[in-house]
Amino acid sequence: MSGRDEDILLPDGKILRHDNRERIVHWIIAIAFVFLFLSGLAMFSPFFFWLSMLFGGGQLMRALHPFCGAMLVFVFYPYAYGLRKDNRWTSADSNWVRNMFAYMRKDAHFTDTGKYNAGQKLMFWSMVPIIALLFASGIVMWQPWFAPSFPPALRRGAGLVHAAMAFVMFVGIGIHWYAAFWTKGSIQAMVRGTVSQAWARYHHPGWFRNITGKGP
Amino acid sequence: MALETQDIRARSATTTSVPPSARSFQPEVSKLIDLSRCIGCKACQSACMEWNNLRDTVGTFDGSYTNPPDLSDQSWTLMRFNETEVNGQFAWLIFKDGCLHCSEPGCLKACPSPGAIVQYQNGIVDFQQDHCIGCGYCISGCPFNIPRLRKEDSRVYKCTLCSDRVAVGLEPACIKACPTQALSFGSRGEMLLQAEHRISDLQERGLSQAAVYNPPGVGGTHVFFVLPHGDRPEAYGLPRDPSIGPMLSLWRSTMARTLGVFTMFGVLVAGILHYMRHGPLEVPGDGDENPGTKGAET
Repeated sequence: MSGRDEDILLPDGKILRHDNRERIVHWIIAIAFVFLFLSGLAMFSPFFFWLSMLFGGGQLMRALHPFCGAMLVFVFYPYAYGLRKDNRWTSADSNWVRNMFAYMRKDAHFTDTGKYNAGQKLMFWSMVPIIALLFASGIVMWQPWFAPSFPPALRRGAGLVHAAMAFVMFVGIGIHWYAAFWTKGSIQAMVRGTVSQAWARYHHPGWFRNITGKGP
Repeated sequence: MALETQDIRARSATTTSVPPSARSFQPEVSKLIDLSRCIGCKACQSACMEWNNLRDTVGTFDGSYTNPPDLSDQSWTLMRFNETEVNGQFAWLIFKDGCLHCSEPGCLKACPSPGAIVQYQNGIVDFQQDHCIGCGYCISGCPFNIPRLRKEDSRVYKCTLCSDRVAVGLEPACIKACPTQALSFGSRGEMLLQAEHRISDLQERGLSQAAVYNPPGVGGTHVFFVLPHGDRPEAYGLPRDPSIGPMLSLWRSTMARTLGVFTMFGVLVAGILHYMRHGPLEVPGDGDENPGTKGAET
């Protein structure tokens, strides 16, 4: 996102990881996702139809779901554009992926991780096409405005694509949530915006060097 | 509306058994539309409007006798005046469009709202608008392009086969109005027999291609047609071999739903187990001035 603050060492010794704007946008997307996931789940499986009661009943839920989805799209892509540089793939990331399971067992540690590790980058780059597919298939199904202009066979296909992509997205976001919960200090970083120097040096040493000029 | 005298055989988005099913000894009903007798008078269309209190908007003349131009939330049946050529001569293949009340209804299969679409024991497929959420899945699920979404209330409407009349022993309004006996209503067996007799009559009279349209791809229908030109269902606007199709079947299958939901629970369980086994990922000695020396490095 243009005009974002640089990641900086603050006077109190903490490092600014996510500025105000980035955090607000992140949480708007998070809330929209929860809304979309729960309402979508209600329409996907009768087992979860009771969730429609959380959104004022089936009629209102069905009407709101596509608007919320469109809002997520319009918020997500400018946000993603701002994050693209920090998510460039490097050879260090390929190494991270090769040692992914060791990392998950806490048997591996990396000294060259940038602002985002390869797991975070994979999450980022998977969301970019998945949300696009959800948007495109959602438009095809959107009653009463857009759906009537598409043939029924295409609408059936869109339903299938929409459900499959929502499912992949849930798995991705589920991993994202767990990783945030698992890596202590991450949720603090996205709530308050700051991390300790120790946290930055340990989890994202490459990023820490860039900011402070100090070695790991 | 759900009438208690018409027990329910199938109910949309319902995983448990459908209530009530003890009184299930009901004959299936059917409407036979004999297009060889139809004169296109539109009495059935008017009767449908009368009984169901429907008033479509007045449109404009577009060169065809089909009026209104299409089915709508206010026009549940429609005489279509298909203009075509038969044996090199112009012919009107007049067709009464409307819901066919499939034995295996695609609309019901596609519907995500519990009880918004029901199939009665007598075979009638009925929409319960008070449960409809307006998603339009039934519209894309229908092989015959019948249901119509009403924009004013975001609910879908179609022919009910006058389920309210049938429940109290009356025939549908369109049947009552037909002046040429092109429309008949009765038990499914009787209607099929009548259709077969009619086909042999027509074949004797030279319409060698006359056939009954009762497509097996949707398990047969509770509205079926005697087509004088049975070799050309497309000329009447009917699909040759309609079915629900693999995409809808997969999307709305219990297997896909169960697999999806279980994998999602799997993510949750995997997270819990991982945390129990490995604990949180913390900066070693967080708060120290000189941390990060304990972790094994690669």
